[in-house]
Amino acid sequence: MHRRFSLLRKPLIAGEKSLNDVTEDVARPLENKATPLWWAAFLVSATVLVIGVAAVTYEILTGIGTWGLNKSVGWAFDITNFVFWVGIGHAGTLISAILLLFRQRWRTSINRSAEAMTIFAVMCAGLFPLIHMGRPWNFFWIIPYPNFRGPLWVNFRSPLLWDFMAISTYFTISLVFWYIGLVPDLATLRDRTTSRIKGFFYRLFSLGWNGSCRNWSRYETTYLLLAALATPLVLSVHSIVSMDFATSVIPGWHSTIFPPYFVAGAVFSGFAMVLTLMIIARKVLSYEDYITIDHIEKMGKIILLTGGIVALSYLIEAFMAWYSGNQYERFVFANRAFGPYAWAFWLMIFCNVVVSQLFWIKKFRRNITLVFIASLFINVGMWFERFVIIVTSLHRDFLPSSWVMYKPTIIEIATLAGSFGLFFTLFLLFVRFVPFIAIGEVKGVLNYGKNTAEAHA
Amino acid sequence: MTTPYYLGIFENEADVLSATRKSREAGYAIHDVFTPYAVHGLDEAMGLKRNLLTWVCLGFALAGLLFAVWFQFWIGSINWPLNVGGRPFNSLPAYLPVMFELTVLVGGVGVVVVMLARNRLYPGKQEQLVDRAVTNDRFVIVLREEDASFDPKDVEQLWAQDGVVETREVKEATL
Repeated sequence: MHRRFSLLRKPLIAGEKSLNDVTEDVARPLENKATPLWWAAFLVSATVLVIGVAAVTYEILTGIGTWGLNKSVGWAFDITNFVFWVGIGHAGTLISAILLLFRQRWRTSINRSAEAMTIFAVMCAGLFPLIHMGRPWNFFWIIPYPNFRGPLWVNFRSPLLWDFMAISTYFTISLVFWYIGLVPDLATLRDRTTSRIKGFFYRLFSLGWNGSCRNWSRYETTYLLLAALATPLVLSVHSIVSMDFATSVIPGWHSTIFPPYFVAGAVFSGFAMVLTLMIIARKVLSYEDYITIDHIEKMGKIILLTGGIVALSYLIEAFMAWYSGNQYERFVFANRAFGPYAWAFWLMIFCNVVVSQLFWIKKFRRNITLVFIASLFINVGMWFERFVIIVTSLHRDFLPSSWVMYKPTIIEIATLAGSFGLFFTLFLLFVRFVPFIAIGEVKGVLNYGKNTAEAHA
Repeated sequence: MTTPYYLGIFENEADVLSATRKSREAGYAIHDVFTPYAVHGLDEAMGLKRNLLTWVCLGFALAGLLFAVWFQFWIGSINWPLNVGGRPFNSLPAYLPVMFELTVLVGGVGVVVVMLARNRLYPGKQEQLVDRAVTNDRFVIVLREEDASFDPKDVEQLWAQDGVVETREVKEATL
């Protein structure tokens, strides 16, 4: 009998699931009424979102002066949030594209939700540069189109323009990738729903999918091609984000290590966020058979790897600052570690370097409570990493007469909170209206590590 | 088209793979096989040719790349030369990021559009299902009864080796 999977491997999906069980399990949260827990979570995140919207409205009506920025610290909270959210997105693309190319079949249980997380995170990220423009209604000036202002074109040498191109390409490709993955699952839901309204939308978006092998064959090729395109894309996005800093001549930013350092940090923070979300979701939606402890452990190993790269980057950055012999570079690093923002620096070191080392221990990686707590620490730590990079490089610049401190205003904090509100609101809507697990892909790995030939005979 | 179809329903991927291979080897015209998920090796079992989407994607990607090169050079050096710190107007390294992004964007979106067009999938299309369970847990082989020698009994016998659960004839359908 022809066997596709090695029997030496453990099954990826626990419980003896049949094909129909998978459909039932994934469709359950979409077909049942929303639970009180969902409503509570939704109301909280929607309220926080409304607070954020109010803060942004006030800021736009009044001006950037409502933020704590000043003549020395021109970038602070908003760019920190931007880099933080873009970084979160990276884990989703890593799971969906890079793990697909490496044939890591365990990704099937988490890729749908991780990609959704990517899309929502990039949406949150995109808001911050938009708000920071001060006149967001003119944002389309960054698009190179023939216009009556000259025609005045954008500056293709500016990393900020590269960034706009990178983020918009990343968002588009992620959205297409996610949607194409959804089509067969929407067809599955279309063929079982009894509701007319849901049926209408499922039919609209499932594109008339009928499971034809000819279609599947082209579909699979396209999916693989998208993965192949998204793989360098995800590495490029955070590289380009890092160039926003690295191409300037600010001590602490002007460094060639930035692109790989940022990419590793992005994957690191993204996996922390995936773990935070998955550990909650598998419990609430009772998907323990799909997102098993083995999945959590494997994500823990990726955290360990990328956390290691991040720790090494911190070390190399500090070494290079000393080895360069440049007094400004040396000062910035001394100021980071022992200056007025030392608390943020050491918080970052603790959360990112110390906490991630715990993932060496197998018992720790397999303890869901501890992994959850660690993932929260890493989320916080990676936010502070960006804060430390941005603010400590600016607040004490070349002239001691222009040294200042930066403190976020209540408006900035409300905007950050609002972005979390947006993220969780979208994620909760996703849980209610879109299959959380890729039905079609999980069905393909059900036999993984099982002796189907014998079971069948 | 009035060619009748003959279809067999199977319960798992190993059966449908084996039955498809046997049907093809026995010389039947396989119209299509419908499965709830992408069954690997089924396209080979059906004798499908490799599709050309990889080349389509390459074509789009190159188009995106060339457009980005031309567009940036045209703007930077011809239409509106802008002196940025005394650097040359046409500096390729500075154009690399946008070249890369447009390669990926045009290549990715292009191949998806072609794939959907080639599969004749579009928003709101009324699905033509061979069986309602095919998007859930059933695998269906559809044969075309092309010549007069087609005998359902032979097919049934062939498929019975792989545990077919149901066979039926469909007189007229657009599948």
